Amino acid sequence: MRLKTRRNAPVWLIALLPILSIGVAFIIGAFFIIWAGGSPITAYIALIKGSLGSTFAITESLARAIPLIFTGLAAAVAFRAKFWNIGAEGQLYCGAMAATLVGTGVIDLPSVIMIPVLFIAGALAGCLILLLPVLLKTHMKVDEVVTTLLLNFVILLFVNMLLEGPWKDPMAMGWPQAARIIDSGVLPIIVAKSRLHLGIIIAIVMSVVMWAILRFTVWGYEIRAVGYNQQASTFYGISINKSVLMVALFSGGLAGMAGVSEVAGLKGYLTLTLSPGFGYTGIAVAMLAQLHPIGVIISAIFLASIYVGADAMSRSVNIPNYIADILVAISLLSVLVGSMLTRFRIVWGK
Amino acid sequence: MKKLQFSKICKNFGSVVANDNISLSLGEGEILSVLGENGAGKTTLMNILFGHYISDKGFIEVEGQRLTPGSTRASLDAGIGMVHQHFTLADNLTVLENIILGTEPLTRLWSQKKQAYTKLKALSKRFGLLINPDDKVADLTVGEKQRVEIIKALYRDASILILDEPTAVLTPQETTQLFKVLKEMVNAGLSIMFISHKLNEILEISDRIVVLRHGKLVGEVATKNASKESLAEMMVGRKVTRPAYEKLKIGKAVVELNDVCLKSSEGSVGLTNINLKIHEKEIIGLAGVSGNGQAGLASIFQGLASPSSGEFKLFGESLIKYDPRYLTKSGVARIPEDRTKEGIIGEMEVWENFLGEQLRSKAKSGFFIDKKQAVSSAEKLIQEYDIRCEGPFASTRLLSGGNIQKLILARSLSNNPRFIIANKPARGLDEGAISFVQQQIINAKTKGAGVLLISEDLDEIFELSDRIAVIFNGRLQGPFDTSTLNINQVGLMMSGEMKEDSLHEA
Repeated sequence: MRLKTRRNAPVWLIALLPILSIGVAFIIGAFFIIWAGGSPITAYIALIKGSLGSTFAITESLARAIPLIFTGLAAAVAFRAKFWNIGAEGQLYCGAMAATLVGTGVIDLPSVIMIPVLFIAGALAGCLILLLPVLLKTHMKVDEVVTTLLLNFVILLFVNMLLEGPWKDPMAMGWPQAARIIDSGVLPIIVAKSRLHLGIIIAIVMSVVMWAILRFTVWGYEIRAVGYNQQASTFYGISINKSVLMVALFSGGLAGMAGVSEVAGLKGYLTLTLSPGFGYTGIAVAMLAQLHPIGVIISAIFLASIYVGADAMSRSVNIPNYIADILVAISLLSVLVGSMLTRFRIVWGK
Repeated sequence: MKKLQFSKICKNFGSVVANDNISLSLGEGEILSVLGENGAGKTTLMNILFGHYISDKGFIEVEGQRLTPGSTRASLDAGIGMVHQHFTLADNLTVLENIILGTEPLTRLWSQKKQAYTKLKALSKRFGLLINPDDKVADLTVGEKQRVEIIKALYRDASILILDEPTAVLTPQETTQLFKVLKEMVNAGLSIMFISHKLNEILEISDRIVVLRHGKLVGEVATKNASKESLAEMMVGRKVTRPAYEKLKIGKAVVELNDVCLKSSEGSVGLTNINLKIHEKEIIGLAGVSGNGQAGLASIFQGLASPSSGEFKLFGESLIKYDPRYLTKSGVARIPEDRTKEGIIGEMEVWENFLGEQLRSKAKSGFFIDKKQAVSSAEKLIQEYDIRCEGPFASTRLLSGGNIQKLILARSLSNNPRFIIANKPARGLDEGAISFVQQQIINAKTKGAGVLLISEDLDEIFELSDRIAVIFNGRLQGPFDTSTLNINQVGLMMSGEMKEDSLHEA
């Protein structure tokens, strides 16, 4: 068995790849469910029911997908330019802090203005915190994987300090959480009797905007060019540093918006448990979507459904909901293996 | 009995026929040249011989024994050694370590360096391949690295040596040296297959020549009966006309360098007090051994670097903005040295690469890519410059070297430039493409452009240039009128000697 380079991968293969990968993940995942003492079929039925089986389940899955779309976009845009931003988690919390700072009573504007203001503040905060790793990279060649990753912990500890100290809400009965976002800043619920809020619309709009930027504009060309080939980009007169900076601003801004939508949409206030690793899952979302902004919507909804469904599954079939992590991890690995198959063909025999 | 025999080899890649019923043989003590343009099927044939590909039909025999298809090990064991165009050496190891790498079984605990050392010394002495086994490969010159590759093959007791475009990276002196070694080896009974598209060299070194075209074997001649013209015609399939030089009345100065200096940076020589004036309707050839400041000079003209001191006048005005886009917009055509790494972005589509430096100037309101316009102009240029590709949406990495160069020429020359900086524009291309590239440059000159032609090929420089300048260690001599120079004088200046009379300096 050996590998042969394909000249051009057929389009249907690229489109089929994520679907096949998910299938593979479910098949392999079945073994883990059996190991955990459950029946895979009942477990998967419970999972699908829990994530898609009712209007409420669907809205829950979509609500969970919102932050993942934002962080998925953040990773997709950055990775396109080969800027490895692993710090979406921290940037998300920065966005959440900005939303808390601006949205808890300092100013009060009508919702139509207040909500955009919160998102802009959150995006700016995400950008600003990413500026540090970017400048270290462009000016001193410091590897951004290390700096963005480690900043996550710094930011999380900082949030912790704020919540235990100056920002602690006296009305929260001693829980470490900040004050609520005022009513005009709260994202309205768009499906009655659910938690699905306006964030989903904003997230989808941002996906389309990012797709259009990458595809139709000079910026998009430059981002892709820098990701593919820096030497030729320089020859074309594209400033690598400027492009990296621009990509980082998009990426940090999108991750910051994830924080805003969680604080102003789902939770209503900032806590340390605001994000169960949305920033990191965003990387999986982006990879599963093959860095395509529209694909990010689909892959975020898919991953969110698995997480939401797994909770239901673990309640009814009594197996740990960590199965969700296993399913996500296997689908990601399958996509990576599969994307190799779009570039190479397996030839059996010698 | 023939040393090596290819019988009716066929190989298709999808709908592309790479090798079509090729039969050829190699005798003992013979140098056989395999001539053909890029894409004629030379490399495929060698890959089949070496077990990288399996032929669809046909077989190969070594000394009458059938060779197991698809097995590199079998080919090595049969005594076939290959020297690739791109070296396959580990830079951080010594010469000796590189040579024994892969020859020793993994299970052996101590490598037998001592025996290897003795054998290596003997080989190097026998064939005049001077090399110090303890040198680190990273410190070797290109010519020396090639010697290591050859010794590596000999060390494995190769009796058939395949050389793939061996002179592409060598200086004229190194080529002469290599040919001496090859003659030695043939005298000692080895057989050599020499793959090339350089006609002069093939005529000099080989006993017999076979010509491939579009995957077919189209001709076989004894070298003594061959001429450059007949070979070129066989290879290209039609008469090849070299572009004709014509002296024109020069116009205004297009670029002028006054005492330009450039600080040396890691790995590249700086520039010291460069003075150079290039006029409309003239081609200045810049000769020099690679790495003597050509890269720095080119990067100034291409807007990629700004001089540390001195003045660069473009079309009569002092240039302050060193920006590729600004230069392109002002009327400079830029042809980069490394066409696949610098000139195009392989992963992008052809129409996107046509935008290149003009991305922003051709965008609607400077921001939105005008795809419709870009695609239709790409279509037009693909036609006009006869770029062989599936169309504007083809992935650029799939184009051949010659077609990539055509793309770059089309992109830069279609804007009617007034100054052209061409850095080794014909390097590594085949005959057909070379004359195309040279003709395009001459046409641009006729239309009024001034050209700086950087090249390592002195023949090319003498054929095309009105005046020749020589660069050595970041300093420039000349330019001198081409008619007042001969190749020897230029060769001496390239190694740092001063030209006595600088009377003709313009």
